Amino acid sequence: MTAPTQPAAPTGNPAGYVSPLPEARPHLGHAIASEWTKMTSVRSTVWTLGSMVALVAGIGLFAVTRTTSIDYVNMPFTGPALFGLLVGQLSVMTLGVLTITSEHGTGLIRTTFTAAPDRFRVLTAKYVVLAGVTFTAVAGSVAVVGLTAAVLHNHAPAGVHDLRAELVGGLGGSLYVTLLGVLALAVGTLVRHSAGGVVAMLGIVLLPPLFGGMFSIWEALEPVGVLFLRYNAPAALMQLFGLPNTDVATTPGDWVHMALLVVLTGTAVAFSYVTTGRRDV
Amino acid sequence: MIEAVGLTKRYGAKTAVDQLSFQVRPGHVTGFLGPNGSGKSTTMRMILGLDRPTAGHVTINGMPFRELPNAQRHVGALLDAKAVHGGRRARTHLLALAQLSGIPEKRVDEVLGVVGLQDVARQRTKAFSLGMGQRLGIAAALLGDPQVLLFDEPVNGLDPEGILWVRNLMRQLAAEGRTVFVSSHLMSEMALTADHLIVIGRGRLLADMGVQEFITHNAAGFARVRAADTAPHGTQTLGEALVKAGGRVLREPDGALRVTGLALPQISDLAHEADVRLWELSPHKASLEEAYMRLTQSAVEYTSTEDPRAELFEPEPLTVPAWEEDAPPEVPATTAAAFYAPPPPGAGGRPFLMPRRPGDLARGTGPEPEPEPEDAR
Repeated sequence: MTAPTQPAAPTGNPAGYVSPLPEARPHLGHAIASEWTKMTSVRSTVWTLGSMVALVAGIGLFAVTRTTSIDYVNMPFTGPALFGLLVGQLSVMTLGVLTITSEHGTGLIRTTFTAAPDRFRVLTAKYVVLAGVTFTAVAGSVAVVGLTAAVLHNHAPAGVHDLRAELVGGLGGSLYVTLLGVLALAVGTLVRHSAGGVVAMLGIVLLPPLFGGMFSIWEALEPVGVLFLRYNAPAALMQLFGLPNTDVATTPGDWVHMALLVVLTGTAVAFSYVTTGRRDV
Repeated sequence: MIEAVGLTKRYGAKTAVDQLSFQVRPGHVTGFLGPNGSGKSTTMRMILGLDRPTAGHVTINGMPFRELPNAQRHVGALLDAKAVHGGRRARTHLLALAQLSGIPEKRVDEVLGVVGLQDVARQRTKAFSLGMGQRLGIAAALLGDPQVLLFDEPVNGLDPEGILWVRNLMRQLAAEGRTVFVSSHLMSEMALTADHLIVIGRGRLLADMGVQEFITHNAAGFARVRAADTAPHGTQTLGEALVKAGGRVLREPDGALRVTGLALPQISDLAHEADVRLWELSPHKASLEEAYMRLTQSAVEYTSTEDPRAELFEPEPLTVPAWEEDAPPEVPATTAAAFYAPPPPGAGGRPFLMPRRPGDLARGTGPEPEPEPEDAR
């Protein structure tokens, strides 16, 4: 083979190369900036997030406009946002899973871990960005719906409302959904597959009410069924938002639900760190 | 400087990399060669801390990759041109990587210019060709202006101009005193690019030496001599003369002689003395490819065999009477459609008539018999 330009043989500089670029020791902030760029530069995550906001605000505001003050006698003003959030939480979980599995699915994770071999820094940044973005978006949408309802319907027929408690309830619900998103990211890290992760999360959230209903058919299994019916994600959300409940005496309190999800999410997150540090990618 | 000591990787019962020890020195382009499945990519992944070695260790500038405080500023790598998110724009992809180590955004535009992707920087990488993907991968590797560079098959999918560019880039990077470790299948390319070679086969080290040394070690050059056909015993006479003079002579199928151990002028003199006219006397330098083939032929993992296509051909009938003029018997449509049906008696050794289009077979209509192809014989 004859090349038109045969480059000169390298001189073999034994001293090695020293880059003139400034050298900054990378820290978590750098990784967070990178993850933010990643999340906002791909259509799938942007659309997922956008659909979540559109669902919560859209369904919520629609419900606000169709209701009158008298409908809020037993319901907090944030109630309409809950209807949207029950659907919107699916988007949050999809976003959580996609945050990591889109990298596994495309092989980008190898490029990422080659650029940043400190994998925990990358994973932590993912958790921080996802939690921050999700909580801001969810709480913002809930607040918009709740405020609109309060402004439009806070009249005499609605009765007396403790607005502060209702706001705290809405924020609690937003935090709950954010935790579901974090759990989704942990599950995505563990299964490393988009469809697998999303299905696992759907199962965790949607199956317990179904199981509860089915188990309650037989008397022998009824205690288990009731347990499923009391402790599941949709029931927890309704409880946190302060929706009226028929059997007040037996339902667990707000913090029981929250603690349950915190323990579950914490375990999954811990496992995600262990496997990420150890696995070949 | 990359240093591997006793590097081993096992996947279950299969050993992908077996006790590999080598050094890659700065200031040189070091080629990494081996047949498919010989463990090149696994080795590269272990160097980069993506895979954990079963045994042994590998260090970059004296430290394991995952313990480097600022890896991107010291090591750049292109492993797989496809390892990008197709929905992200080229520039954003590089920006996200740059941000990971706090590399200024200006550097992103610099490397885009270096690899010549400025004009498509705002395109989503899904639309990129393999060659453009390679350029993007090289840009990512250069982001941190690193001292150690690893490239896995960087010229895959590049056009000739791109290959030349990569070759010059590698040599320039090495000339600046960087460590450049590059794997490739293109031997002619490696011969021009690399100064030093590390060859592995079945996960074991086969050679670790300079390119010239490698060629002379593993393949010999020869001279090809062809005597004029006009003389009746020219080749015979010449061969005897050459052997008597101490050369080793091999006969090629077309009558030329392959001579080793004698210089070209000497061969010419001998032919002149033996009174043999020559039609060809040409030197053949051993190539890296020959040397590589000779070294690795026993270590090839996936050997190809001739495709016999046995199920498509009926063995040729032993004798075909040349005078037989019979038209091929009419094959009923049902038989032609039944793919595995035995040939009808007297079908002349043809189990079925090949349909003109694949669709014919699926429809089961069967083709019209071919208009007598056997006439050609």
